[in-house]
Amino acid sequence: MKDIIATKKYIDFGEENTLENNIILSIKEGNKSVDVIRKSDKIRKIVSMVIVYILLTFMALLVVFPFYWMLITALKNNNEILSSTQTFFPSIVMWSNFVYVFQVFDFLTYMTNTIVVAVFSTIGTLITTIFASFAFARLNFKGREALFAVFLMTMMIPGEMMVISNYITVASFGWVGENATRLDAYLAMIIPFWVSVFYIYLLRQNFKQIPNELYLASKVDGKSDWNFLWKVMVPLAAPTLISITILKFMGTWNSYVWPNLVTTKNEFRLISNGLRGSSFVDAESGRIEYGYQMAATVIVTVPLFLLFIFFRKYIMRGVGRAGIKG
Amino acid sequence: MFNKNKTDNINTKKDASELSFFSERYGDLKLGHNSKSNVDVEVVSRKKIDTNYKVGGVLDQEQRNNWKAWLYLAPVLILMAVFLIYPLIDTILISFMKNYNYIKGTFDGFTFDNFGAVLGLTTINGATETRVIQYALPNTFILVFITVPISIFIALLISVLLNSIKWFQKIFQVIFFLPYVTNTIAIGMVFSVIFDSNGLINFIFGLGDFKWIYGADRWIAMIPLCIYIIWSALPFKILILLSGLQGIDKQYYDAAKIDSTPKWKVLTKITIPALSPQILYLMVTSFIGAFKEYASIVGLFGQAGTTQGSYELYTIVYYIYDNLNSNTSFAAAAAVILFAIILVFTFIQLKLSKSRVYY
Repeated sequence: MKDIIATKKYIDFGEENTLENNIILSIKEGNKSVDVIRKSDKIRKIVSMVIVYILLTFMALLVVFPFYWMLITALKNNNEILSSTQTFFPSIVMWSNFVYVFQVFDFLTYMTNTIVVAVFSTIGTLITTIFASFAFARLNFKGREALFAVFLMTMMIPGEMMVISNYITVASFGWVGENATRLDAYLAMIIPFWVSVFYIYLLRQNFKQIPNELYLASKVDGKSDWNFLWKVMVPLAAPTLISITILKFMGTWNSYVWPNLVTTKNEFRLISNGLRGSSFVDAESGRIEYGYQMAATVIVTVPLFLLFIFFRKYIMRGVGRAGIKG
Repeated sequence: MFNKNKTDNINTKKDASELSFFSERYGDLKLGHNSKSNVDVEVVSRKKIDTNYKVGGVLDQEQRNNWKAWLYLAPVLILMAVFLIYPLIDTILISFMKNYNYIKGTFDGFTFDNFGAVLGLTTINGATETRVIQYALPNTFILVFITVPISIFIALLISVLLNSIKWFQKIFQVIFFLPYVTNTIAIGMVFSVIFDSNGLINFIFGLGDFKWIYGADRWIAMIPLCIYIIWSALPFKILILLSGLQGIDKQYYDAAKIDSTPKWKVLTKITIPALSPQILYLMVTSFIGAFKEYASIVGLFGQAGTTQGSYELYTIVYYIYDNLNSNTSFAAAAAVILFAIILVFTFIQLKLSKSRVYY
């Protein structure tokens, strides 16, 4: 109260008594005019904004830096990488690193494997997810809510609990081992990942938003459930389905452990395995050739970035509601 | 399909009392449309019905088509039974099996020894397994309790700052999301180069050829590992927190402005309580994620330790994968222990959150 009384005489009563002017009543500095206070407020605001931008830019640089370092290391020659003074730009740009890596690192095989696995596991996942979400969102059956609760609970179980037995199961199907063919290896990498409870949850939420009236209308028209699902629900839920597809693809691109376990031959493995498995060691000195190694990581990272550039909206929305990689 | 009389029992073989009830109400009813009482009559079933039978709309009809729903669920249920439910039970069983051989499927009875062996309490074949108790468990807990709080704190800071700016917000948002769209192994290798003894960090801070990665001390090696895990954990958290921030009602901030509440008080009394559901969600998911750390270690170090053949950087999951083939029962026991730890932690967090989270 005291402060308000002290400032009162400096308020310009000629102005209209708006809310904005009233707020000034709470200002504590007693011997400043309204204009001065306003000006200092404005300056304070600008300064704090500048500080916020500087902080954000600094942190953004930290986030981006590893990518930058990856790129320039990929373009340096090994002497420059190992020299005692690090350079922030390669003195000689070594495009030959990439040429070498394409010759040594069997990028094409790993890439083909990854795409085949990604495509088929995505198709399988989409089909199972669409069916299950449709049943949960649209059809009535006994124990629906209870079953869905059980589904959600399974999300808490760490995948590592299943890996051991799944490995044994897949092995008993004959998909793992010395005699496994390329098809066997693919099956072992694809089929165990055809179900994702998380995506079922995501799509069910989306399906539930589709109004009941559409369903009733299609029933009046004599459409079957099957027709309604493919002609109405799936097109309406297309954005979610695209999100699922891309996240699944990224998951396959990232998957390391399972492909490493179930494949015995290098030529059946996926891109992450190829990357970590190939050693760019100089035969004479026994040192890792970082230039080649980083060129390989650039090659592995670029497709993901392209995907991100084209599907940013879907990826960020999918992750925002989700969060689980793969 | 759409019957006008929705609640009445209609059956040609009704007993006399029920029929009299109808005739009182509607007069004599015939099959088809009864113009006098404006009622449609249709034979639903000629079976003797002893419970009240309600004739309703589309949804009720479906209830009789239970089998259809199960048909749609069949692919998921079959796959889940084979690759989720069965393995879950099987893993728990294997963790109690003595001398289990996964190729032949043989074992010599059930025992608690596997858990004892994994935890270093029992000696099996004259040797004690110390790697779990010495490396895997402590490492896992250190990683969890360092990376989860720090990454949530940094993500909170960045998202509050991001939410307060007008220009370039979208661009910053995309930049901060970039680490999500990467290959864990690939960027792990990049960090390995940055922290190399001839690498950038040593150059900038003038540390000579200090060893962070290869040949480093166990505790020193934790530093780049934690930095890498935090770096890759940020984008998801920022995304969730920022969307939470944008959902907060502006009224609270206007009220605070009128009372000229100091900024830090606005943050602690309005923003963070309003974000508590998102923070809880992030806590639960990132605790679970951090307990399963594996790929980042492979990316950064390429092996289980800082030197060839050492196990200094074992985590529980690393142990599971390493022993899956050779000591299946031990791996299963470790998996069960991991599962139990995660369950306990999730339960504690949900319990604690009851008093702290405002929905």
